[in-house]
Amino acid sequence: MALLDVKNISIGFPSRHGMFVAVKDVSLSVERGEILGVVGESGAGKSTIGNAIIALLEPPGEVIKGEVYLNGARIDNLSAEEKRLIRGKKIGMIFQDPQTSLDPLKTIKQQLVESINLHLKLGRKGSEKKAFELLEQVGIPDPLIRMEHYPHQFSGGMRQRVVIALALCGEPELIIADEPTTALDVSVQKQILDLMRKLCREKNVGMILVTHDMGVIAEVADRVAVMYNSQLMEIGETKQIIGNPQHEYTKSLISAIPRPDKKVRRFPLVTYIEDVVERKDEFDVSTHWLGQSRDFEMKVADDGTILQLENLGMRFQITNSLFKSKRRYLDAVKDVNFNIKEGETFGIVGESGSGKSTIARMVTGLYKPYKGAVKFLGKEISAISHTPEVLPYRRQMQMVFQDPFSSLNARMRVMDIVAEPILFHKLAGSKAEAEHIVLDLLKLVGMSDDAYAKYPHQFSGGQRQRISIARALATRPRFLICDEPTSALDVSVQAQILNLLKDLQEELNLTMMFISHDLPVIRQMCDRVAVMRHGQVLELAETEKLFEDPQHEYSQHLLSLMPQLDMLQA
Amino acid sequence: MFSFLIKRLVQSFMVLLSVAFIAFALFKFVGDPINNMVGQDTTLVEREALAERLGLNDPFPIQFFNFIKGAAVGDFGLSYRHKVPVSQLIAERAPATLELSIISALLSVFVGIPMGVYTAIRRKGFLSRSFMTVSLVGISLPTFLIGILFIFLFGVILRWLPTFGRGEVVQIGFWSTGLLTWSGIKSLILPAVTLALFQMTLIMRLVRTEMLEVLTTDYIKFARARGLKENAVNFGHALKNTLIPVITIIGLQLGLVMAFAIITETVFQWPGMGMLFIQAIEEVDVPVMAAYLMMISVVFVAINLAVDILYAFVDPRLTIDGGSKHG
Repeated sequence: MALLDVKNISIGFPSRHGMFVAVKDVSLSVERGEILGVVGESGAGKSTIGNAIIALLEPPGEVIKGEVYLNGARIDNLSAEEKRLIRGKKIGMIFQDPQTSLDPLKTIKQQLVESINLHLKLGRKGSEKKAFELLEQVGIPDPLIRMEHYPHQFSGGMRQRVVIALALCGEPELIIADEPTTALDVSVQKQILDLMRKLCREKNVGMILVTHDMGVIAEVADRVAVMYNSQLMEIGETKQIIGNPQHEYTKSLISAIPRPDKKVRRFPLVTYIEDVVERKDEFDVSTHWLGQSRDFEMKVADDGTILQLENLGMRFQITNSLFKSKRRYLDAVKDVNFNIKEGETFGIVGESGSGKSTIARMVTGLYKPYKGAVKFLGKEISAISHTPEVLPYRRQMQMVFQDPFSSLNARMRVMDIVAEPILFHKLAGSKAEAEHIVLDLLKLVGMSDDAYAKYPHQFSGGQRQRISIARALATRPRFLICDEPTSALDVSVQAQILNLLKDLQEELNLTMMFISHDLPVIRQMCDRVAVMRHGQVLELAETEKLFEDPQHEYSQHLLSLMPQLDMLQA
Repeated sequence: MFSFLIKRLVQSFMVLLSVAFIAFALFKFVGDPINNMVGQDTTLVEREALAERLGLNDPFPIQFFNFIKGAAVGDFGLSYRHKVPVSQLIAERAPATLELSIISALLSVFVGIPMGVYTAIRRKGFLSRSFMTVSLVGISLPTFLIGILFIFLFGVILRWLPTFGRGEVVQIGFWSTGLLTWSGIKSLILPAVTLALFQMTLIMRLVRTEMLEVLTTDYIKFARARGLKENAVNFGHALKNTLIPVITIIGLQLGLVMAFAIITETVFQWPGMGMLFIQAIEEVDVPVMAAYLMMISVVFVAINLAVDILYAFVDPRLTIDGGSKHG
């Protein structure tokens, strides 16, 4: 008898336009000690299944069909109070963001003891002892001291360990983990995944691991269920799903994953996924406005260097004080030197806090460097920010941000968003001409013809990122900074955006600075890579050389953490 | 934490100083104090002597300094009209206003917060909806109108409660209280409720909005997923997190209760500082006005300071910060 048996479950959300079915006829089962991965892109319904099993569907969502059995006993038709008794006691849950899943006003101990005493009735002393043991099991050093601390005193990875300890309080038989490592760095992700696998084996607990990341699945899951568009596409052993997918959707999903092991020229196009607008090149860029008069009188140096960073440093004050000796600083970037050559894609890779985004912000003039210089096309642009003299240089440099949901003004139409930089820099003779250019730009990035009149919220994440790219291109830049441009996107959409960036680079002869924490993406996109940690560049090498033969210890460490998809077909 | 307190104290001091300056400016610009004090047949020499005695001929900074020096020990000089020290007038009237404001403040906090919590938890319930509707009335009708309506309903038609004055008061030392006699308590009900109504509805709506927000956070979802009982989730986790941002606003609002008391005191003929102030305005009794201004600002600043300190107690993220972050 399986630990959990979900039979033909359908979940619906009633709305004004009738029932929206989020999950259609899904059946799956989990054994004790087994990790079942549920993978799919956003909106596939994968989290909804987890919420339905633990009876925490957001109202008005409801199970409209099907049954859920835990240890052979049906649990989906219990009363609200009986369901509550199952939560935490029989089924534990782990959420995505450890920053927000703990009550900020209670100590770790208070929260643990509350859960333990509720489920195991051990009394105060017993609960505290158990809390200590749990924290030890999940790998929190000095549990006795640490348990008196508040959540904000823990780092992200440590917090996720606390969350896991909390989920284990009632000694549940099944754990549902909803994107447990998405908000964490690679090195921390690896530790958390190892911990979860170890706990599952040791305690003989079944786990449902909901994620969008095939790498995570390959790392820990025994079996995988692939979801798409509310339906279960395929379920089977992890090796088989990744190495030899049967369903068309799974095949295209797997093919869209950036390969860590070798460089391919383009990402294979995901054929199964709908609403892919293929770019149609209806105009020749070299004769178009976009290709013309891009201030080529600003010459690139003879050795091809377009951007030069000299001893660049950034320091933030983290403690204010009247007295100089009491002020404390954080050196986010320390003495960074590198050159970027025209036409290349220069990657910066590192974990959060390594200073990679800070560099981008200094290069674009959003931060004023604490020391050192940024030279662009031979001109120092770091000291002076917005004088008329430096404006043409700034125009040559544009940025695409990470989060397409907050980087577009929600109150402006796409037309105005993209036209704004053109009008600001007076690059078009008239408003009508600017609007004509915007339409061409939108076409260039693969948006449909009617997009210009809409607002950002009417688009998906990938489409919004295309709009961001169109806006960045609107000043005819030669240098594009992409700060994690795809980390908020699904893998199939990521493949499209990365292909688009590659195409645009070729057509417009763009130079790119590409910032990412994702090593496979870096390998696919970049010519040279700088590996950063604690504000310093530890290694700078040709991409292929770095991946084949990393020199610095930290680069080797980072590469070893990269989830291996060696089950992939060659 | 310590430097935070020092910073706050310095800020408070600056605020008080500027208010003092405005209060002092009143003397200079609102009428001639000598004219207000003496009769028509006073000679020029006598006037000059009086001005000299009152220090009115000193240079401006010295006058201001003397004013501050007096204000610091509660000495605002003589009331032009009553010819008694202002501090004495204030001391006589203060208990009435303080009792009224404190009772109103307590009423609005201890009724407003539970109502807010209730309407947030049972969002669709009949009682919640009625609270919301009634509160709309409370927030949109001006205080004096509510007071008059109350007088009409409970005083004139039903004849349950007295409509003016404080009733019998008992003198305990310098403090006269109406809370120890039955008639005193009965007299307090109408003005206190009138004064509290606006703040109560505001606090209720504030708590409700904030609580609804907190209830959608991940840690509340996680608390449910841990199997905690509804009450433990709502009161153990959600309420405390709700109150943190609400505290600031409530603090500011309680300062307003005292300021609003002017209107309520006028409507109910409540012999407090508000009435004193209104009379002072009518008669250009500048020392009284200045003293009242200073008093209100002291209360505001004190409440704000208290709120800031309270904040640090409720929110651990403020007290233990910076250096202790590890892991």
